[in-house]
Amino acid sequence: MSFLNNVITGVSLGSIYAIIALGYTMVYGIAKMLNFAHGDVIMVGAFMCFFAMGSFGLPPLVGVLLAVVVCTVLGMVIERLAYKPLRQAPSLAVLITAIGVSYLLQNGAQILWGAATKTFTPIISPTNAAGEPNALQLFGGQLSISYVALLSIVVCLVVMVSLTLFTGRTKLGKAMRACSEDKGAAQLMGINVDSTISMTFAIGSALAAVAGVLMCSAYPILSPTTGSLPGIRAFTAAVFGGIGSIPGAFLGGILLGIIETFAKAYISTDLSDAVVFAVLIIVLLVKPAGLLGKYVPEKV
Amino acid sequence: MKKINKNSLNGFINYGIVIAAFVVLQLLLNRGALSNSLQSLLVPTCCYIVMAVSLNLTVGILGELSLGHAGFMSLGAFSGITAAIALQGLIPSPALRLAAALLVGGLVGAIGGVIIGVPVLRLRGDYLAIVTLAFGEIIKNVIMVLYIGVDEKGLHVAMSEAGLHLAEGGVTIVKGPMGAVNVPKLASFTAGFLLILVTLLVVQNLVSSRSGRAIMALRDNRIAAESVGINVTKYKLMAFVTSAALAGAAGALFGLNYSSTVSSKFDFNTSILVLVFVVLGGLGSIRGSVIAAALLYVLPELLRQFKLAEYRMLIYAIILILVMLCTNNPMLKQLMDNTIGKFKKQPAAAEKGGAQ
Amino acid sequence: MKNRVLALTMAAAMTAGLLSGCGGGSATTPAPAQSKGAASGAVTVKVGGIGPITGDLAQYGTATQWGAQVAVDEINALGGPITLDFTYEDDTGVADTAVSAYNSLKDWAKDAPLVIYGTTTTAPCVAVAAETYADRYFQLTPSASSPDVTANKDNAFQMCFTDPGQGVAAANYLKDNGLGTKIGVIYNNGDAYSTGIADAFLAEAKNLGLDVVATQTYPSDTTTDYTVQLNACKDAGADLLFLPIYYTPASLILAQAKQMSYAPIFFGGDGMDGMLDMEGFDKSLAEGLMLMTPFNASATDSRTTTFVDSYKKLSGGVLPNQFAADGYDCMYAIYEACCKIDGIADMDHEQLCDALIALFTGGSFTVDGLTGSSMTWLESGEISKAPVVVKVVNGVYENA
Repeated sequence: MSFLNNVITGVSLGSIYAIIALGYTMVYGIAKMLNFAHGDVIMVGAFMCFFAMGSFGLPPLVGVLLAVVVCTVLGMVIERLAYKPLRQAPSLAVLITAIGVSYLLQNGAQILWGAATKTFTPIISPTNAAGEPNALQLFGGQLSISYVALLSIVVCLVVMVSLTLFTGRTKLGKAMRACSEDKGAAQLMGINVDSTISMTFAIGSALAAVAGVLMCSAYPILSPTTGSLPGIRAFTAAVFGGIGSIPGAFLGGILLGIIETFAKAYISTDLSDAVVFAVLIIVLLVKPAGLLGKYVPEKV
Repeated sequence: MKKINKNSLNGFINYGIVIAAFVVLQLLLNRGALSNSLQSLLVPTCCYIVMAVSLNLTVGILGELSLGHAGFMSLGAFSGITAAIALQGLIPSPALRLAAALLVGGLVGAIGGVIIGVPVLRLRGDYLAIVTLAFGEIIKNVIMVLYIGVDEKGLHVAMSEAGLHLAEGGVTIVKGPMGAVNVPKLASFTAGFLLILVTLLVVQNLVSSRSGRAIMALRDNRIAAESVGINVTKYKLMAFVTSAALAGAAGALFGLNYSSTVSSKFDFNTSILVLVFVVLGGLGSIRGSVIAAALLYVLPELLRQFKLAEYRMLIYAIILILVMLCTNNPMLKQLMDNTIGKFKKQPAAAEKGGAQ
Repeated sequence: MKNRVLALTMAAAMTAGLLSGCGGGSATTPAPAQSKGAASGAVTVKVGGIGPITGDLAQYGTATQWGAQVAVDEINALGGPITLDFTYEDDTGVADTAVSAYNSLKDWAKDAPLVIYGTTTTAPCVAVAAETYADRYFQLTPSASSPDVTANKDNAFQMCFTDPGQGVAAANYLKDNGLGTKIGVIYNNGDAYSTGIADAFLAEAKNLGLDVVATQTYPSDTTTDYTVQLNACKDAGADLLFLPIYYTPASLILAQAKQMSYAPIFFGGDGMDGMLDMEGFDKSLAEGLMLMTPFNASATDSRTTTFVDSYKKLSGGVLPNQFAADGYDCMYAIYEACCKIDGIADMDHEQLCDALIALFTGGSFTVDGLTGSSMTWLESGEISKAPVVVKVVNGVYENA
């Protein structure tokens, strides 16, 4: 039973990583840049929802919508001001700028909203009115899966399927894929590369907002640095699954969560981080493009 | 022939700049004209210059993005500190002990470089980057639970303080999350300066040697280089291990400059900090790394004077973004090239390569 | 429009750069002149604080900064023989930055007597204490609690309990009060504070014959999932969980334990104080939580209420925790000690340091503060005050 419990814990944790990784991989797949500020957009999204629900007493759904709107705008503004001028620059220059944006968001948030950790009000309360856990009980209560975890897995699946359909079937999605393959050729085919990339950031940031709200509902603390560690973890998850691959991000996230939980439960809580990263290294050595990534051999 | 002359001239200019900076700072120091705050920044700045130059060897010259350079610094710092304390009885002279500690730090860094380099260098691009990041985190995590002690029987390593089983009179050097405490402060500005000179000597000679050209050929076109018989693994490893060894030595110097050092100091953020120095200084440009590291390490400390404590890091972030935007602005670049072009007969060579 | 904004920001940044370039060591701060004018005839002692006010640990640094600021404002309004000129530098919780911060404080004070207040966290404090020891500055830390901070340094003193001291006190308290038959421990093995308490607790528990059934760790306070650790404790049948950790991770542990319907007695150290004041925190989670804290923000004595009111004005509504209260007490300790020193006006930092050391270790010097009354210091630099165990009842502390 404790094994199954650990699986559930791992999947719940992994679903949070997965939903962040989906946004990461989306931006990477199209714009070919590691957006290190993604984790901090998550933090901004969570703060928006926190204020909407906590300070103005709005219903959770409105809070989520507000977070999505603010993050979408924020993502597009960041892209326009900081990343667009660097379209022709080496990718490392963009990476450093993204790090600069990440510092800016963290420190800006601290000045605006204070350094003190806040307790996030989960969109699904962990306990119901009778004080019992809001969770799906199995085997007479021996196993329980919280509704927040279930919700994040469902959201993950919905996002994964719709992103796959979107990039595969719609005109805009195809334009995005064209930009990702070859910007120059895409432009020649009449695709507006700038607005397509801008759209990618809008979608990525909207996903970040949703991820922020779900993450803080599952682990209800919130501070200006809340996003940075999950950001790196999600990046790891995205690479694990094959960066740029949408199903890969989902798989990578879930597996990372399970590995982390198992490492803690069965190997050592002292060395759990080291174990997680060691597994990652071994996987990448066997599959150098991640689990679901396409390995493209270089041509002469 | 001409190209080589230009290379070595560039190298001499770099030595010149470093020596001149040292002489000027030393003079100011002797006359008491440097503020305490600047004085305390001298040694760490030297360490970060060495870190930046050595990372440039991996990122700029070998062309592989590494996000775990702080891991080598950490290996060097803790092994250097351990050596300095363990050798206390054997080598009484602090200067010699420091030199020995730097050597040990460099050596341990190099061993780490080999262990990590062999698997890592088979990967490419962002996958390589994430694996270096992973190794950096593993090193941090392992040192965090490590206890090292020394007694007359030699070194003891364990996972808890009680597990060390030190004999009477033994000292615990590294105490897990508390890190190394009561470290003798052996580092000095002169040592830092010498370490920079050694680093420049090693890196510049490597770059202008036959091996260096092979490394750069790998960066510019791996397949072409392979097809003319360049051994990919050998040359990649050569650059990577050299870089790791220098980072280890820098770490040892850094560790011996403070009375306490914790493993969490050498995290992802420190790796990124050094990467920022390298990118701002210009990929592949040794001089750029030296200058960028010196200026950017000191900048947040200088911002203290404005008593804007909570805005300090915000301003730093804004400056970082603006500098990236300006240095990559095509118009400004054109302007720079034109101005430089007037002084040089040849047009300035476009910066090429580096990790993409 | 956007270009103009960019240009303006750029210009501002460049001016900043230029200014800092020329500023060097010659810039004078207007602050000392003001405070000298405030109370004529009073001697001004400079107090330089260090702590993290940006980054992960910013909430602890700002608490010690604001707590001290409240005390300094009160002291300077007293019109006593001493006024304090207080400034605070950021160290982001990192040792090398803390040493730089300390050196810029030395530049700020120039030749005037300077007392170092800080640093907030342990690792930087050990590094700074080594420097102040060599340079002969008196140092008082509100919250860096490792014995390494004061070990072999006559000039470094603590306002908080030491970590081993707390661990031993906790084990004895559990033994004396017969709390918990099977004990589980969860601590942060990447943090000196947490490991320090846990190690001492485990050793003392063994001596006392307490039954520790599970010892679990996690690597950093940014960890969010503690289910595995909690499950291990639950499976081992622990009916008391000892959590020598800070309140942020602790709040998650309480929430996650509740979710898995695990309800042992929770027992924490002083780092737990502050949980009830977290914005949005569901206080019912902490019902029954026991912790050892020297400070109770809901106490009704006038000194505490005045402190809480002034602190909230300064912090924008955030309630003070024991970090803030220890900071407040530090300032009064420095002030009251300085008032007792003859000829302080002509002293340099070295003489002031020696005079303060003599006073603090002399045995007759006591301070009444928010975190204890008649507090004294041992030769080692450790504070001697009574630990108080409180229990959360109806969302407020009650003496247990």
